[in-house]
Amino acid sequence: MPKALIPPSPTVDAIMATERAKSFTTRSIKKESKEQALKLALSMVDLTTLEGKDSPEKVRSICRKAVTPMPGHPDIPSVAAVCFYPSMVKVAAEALKGTGVKIASVATGFPSGQYPLDVRLRDTEKAIEDGADEIDMVINRGAFLAGQRDVVYDEILAVSRLCRDAWSGDRHVHLKVILETGELETLDNVRLASDIAIAAMLEANLLDEQGGGFIKTSTGKVSPAATMPVTLVMLEAIRDAHRREGVFVGMKPAGGIRTAKEAWHYLCMVKETLEGVDSHTGCHWLSPHLFRFGASSLANDLLRQLAHLRTGVYAAGYDFAEA
Amino acid sequence: MTTAPPPSRASVIGPATIDVTGLWDYAPAPESVKPKLRDRYGHFIDGKFVEPAQGQYFQTVSPSTEQVIAEVAEGSQADVDRAVAAARDALPKWTALPAIERAKYIYRIARRLQECARELAVAESMDGGKPIRESRDVDIPLAAQHFFYHAGWADKLEYAFAGRNPKPVGVCGQIIPWNFPLLMAAWKLAPALACGNTCVLKPAETTPLTALMLAEIFEEVELPPGVVNIVTGAGATGAALVEHSGIDKIAFTGSTAVGKKIAQHFAGTGKKLTLELGGKSPNIIFEDASIDQAVEGIVQGIYFNQGHVCCAGSRVFVQESVRDEVVEKLKRRMNQLRVGDPLDKNTDVGAINSEGQLATINTYLAEGKTGGSTFWQAEGETPDRGYWCKPCLFDNVQPSEVIAREEIFGPVLAVMTFRTPAEAIERANNTPYGLAAGVWTDKGSKIFEIASKLKAGVVWLNTYNKFDAASPFGGFKESGFGREGGLHGLRAYTRLS
Repeated sequence: MPKALIPPSPTVDAIMATERAKSFTTRSIKKESKEQALKLALSMVDLTTLEGKDSPEKVRSICRKAVTPMPGHPDIPSVAAVCFYPSMVKVAAEALKGTGVKIASVATGFPSGQYPLDVRLRDTEKAIEDGADEIDMVINRGAFLAGQRDVVYDEILAVSRLCRDAWSGDRHVHLKVILETGELETLDNVRLASDIAIAAMLEANLLDEQGGGFIKTSTGKVSPAATMPVTLVMLEAIRDAHRREGVFVGMKPAGGIRTAKEAWHYLCMVKETLEGVDSHTGCHWLSPHLFRFGASSLANDLLRQLAHLRTGVYAAGYDFAEA
Repeated sequence: MTTAPPPSRASVIGPATIDVTGLWDYAPAPESVKPKLRDRYGHFIDGKFVEPAQGQYFQTVSPSTEQVIAEVAEGSQADVDRAVAAARDALPKWTALPAIERAKYIYRIARRLQECARELAVAESMDGGKPIRESRDVDIPLAAQHFFYHAGWADKLEYAFAGRNPKPVGVCGQIIPWNFPLLMAAWKLAPALACGNTCVLKPAETTPLTALMLAEIFEEVELPPGVVNIVTGAGATGAALVEHSGIDKIAFTGSTAVGKKIAQHFAGTGKKLTLELGGKSPNIIFEDASIDQAVEGIVQGIYFNQGHVCCAGSRVFVQESVRDEVVEKLKRRMNQLRVGDPLDKNTDVGAINSEGQLATINTYLAEGKTGGSTFWQAEGETPDRGYWCKPCLFDNVQPSEVIAREEIFGPVLAVMTFRTPAEAIERANNTPYGLAAGVWTDKGSKIFEIASKLKAGVVWLNTYNKFDAASPFGGFKESGFGREGGLHGLRAYTRLS
């Protein structure tokens, strides 16, 4: 039984974890490190729209923005991926062909996951068939909160296998496991859910340095979404997984990160939590392969700050395309 | 083995590039505020700055640049006489002032400290070497809080001592250390003033500047002349103050050796004395602790303020079953501490306070390396000029070693292990000191049981180095006696009838 692979999760002291997370917000990022952070953060964005009223037109314009966020400035990187509902994957696949920007699709009955397992798995299969490069699944929070860890584990394992089985040639379908930490409530739960997700992806042989498997904070539909203490605890789970198994797990805070300043505070947290854990120089996780921001409005604030570094003045919000 | 960071996305996604991946680092972020400092400071006596009687000055040096910041008066017997006389003259009027009026002065000082916070923080970091992050976020806000808190007590003292009649002690001599210069001045002055005493304060010779800036604040808020007098100088100046017949009370924070001398001198005089001395505080990590947070606590406990903290958690006891994990995580965390320019806003560990203290630390390091323990020091460079000691630890230390028994007052940790709770308590209490202790476990019942058996004035549970004006602070055994802060701290500045 794979449950044996779930390591005993350590407890988390919420007060000290929160204090440590807060310490990153007093890091002062200036000059060249600011410009680098802005570009790095932009290259890590999963440009997202997840609304009932999403249209093919909106999806196409987001795809265009994802490839060239600041037209006329070739040094400004593309974002890492776009993130849509499964119904929009085909439109996005058409728009992004050959650009290198990945297509992430939420699946498994996003955002609640309150559907029969076969429906959730079919949802995932369809997104992969339509051309999704990355699947953002939700865990079964009901089972988790009822103490049924093995159910949570088995379901993540099933989705992981769907992704892994789709690997062929250059195509690697990546998985992001959304814990919906706002519903898990405690940092102890966040840590346990992280460990379960990592163990399941490990068993499916999904974890690699290219970001085969991520853990992700939130759907964006529940408040609070991503917070720094939650992200810190998840990064610690990622670090311990590397210490224990030598594997690389990606991290995606999603929802609630709107400003460039918040973004570089997250980068500071990644650097100081994961640097020196593996044998790479620098911090291996400071890369779009292993770290993403799930956000819709963050990209424009990053662009606004980048423009400010160039011109010395702040542009108005309407100077940047909404999508 | 070292391999290259992952390929930039340039190779993956065509038109756009990013020029940094795993190697992103923080650029220098120097604090831009420049405090207004004089070239030369006299003593602050009877409400104004005065020349020293013998005309002698000494230099105060920045430990991070080795450059002279200012000249400061060297206090002689005559200067101390003059300061004590001023305090004595000011006493009747200050004591007779309605308590609510005293409170207003103290409140004004607190407000002015907040307004000048950034300048004071920069001066504190220049003069003492502590990182601006810490002087800005800890020292100065806490100093202001101390004045605010005690402003509130001034007219409520009879409620603090129900059924008793609290009266001021009189003229208080106060000698403060160099590790938290302004904060220690606040700890001593705020309760003394609230209780209606007048004061003669002697700051440490390596860090006199912020106390003198505080004197400028006293001028600005028009504190009545003579209520607080500040005499600068080294050990001899302090000795003159201790031995002065016009003093009713001494409050001393500093080394145990000096504290013992003061206690001997005071024996049988009937004068009041409080001593806040050294420590070799234990930080106990149980296997059921939240390990990552406990590691944070170890780091805060010993590397905060370069380990120049009397309650530093300089002895860590780790339960054997989690020892390897704790030490590995601790070392990795220590490599993330940024050592260097105290005025860089990203610096975590600043300069050692003085050349002399660096020599003391190095003597202990040399001594420790001759024992059976393993020495490990964080990686990284330190600046060419200035006094530096990167965070370090001795692992597998035996409790009999000098580095496990004596206060080093530097960023040096002794790591030891234990197997049972009884052993942890026995080892933790096996010290001449008893200032502070830390306990880390996720189990509530255990934490209170252990805390009740530790002989220490402050026990922190799942945290470390937390200070608050409302919380009493002080030691057991050779860590001193008397409490500072909170209700208990008022007792030292009152006579009850």
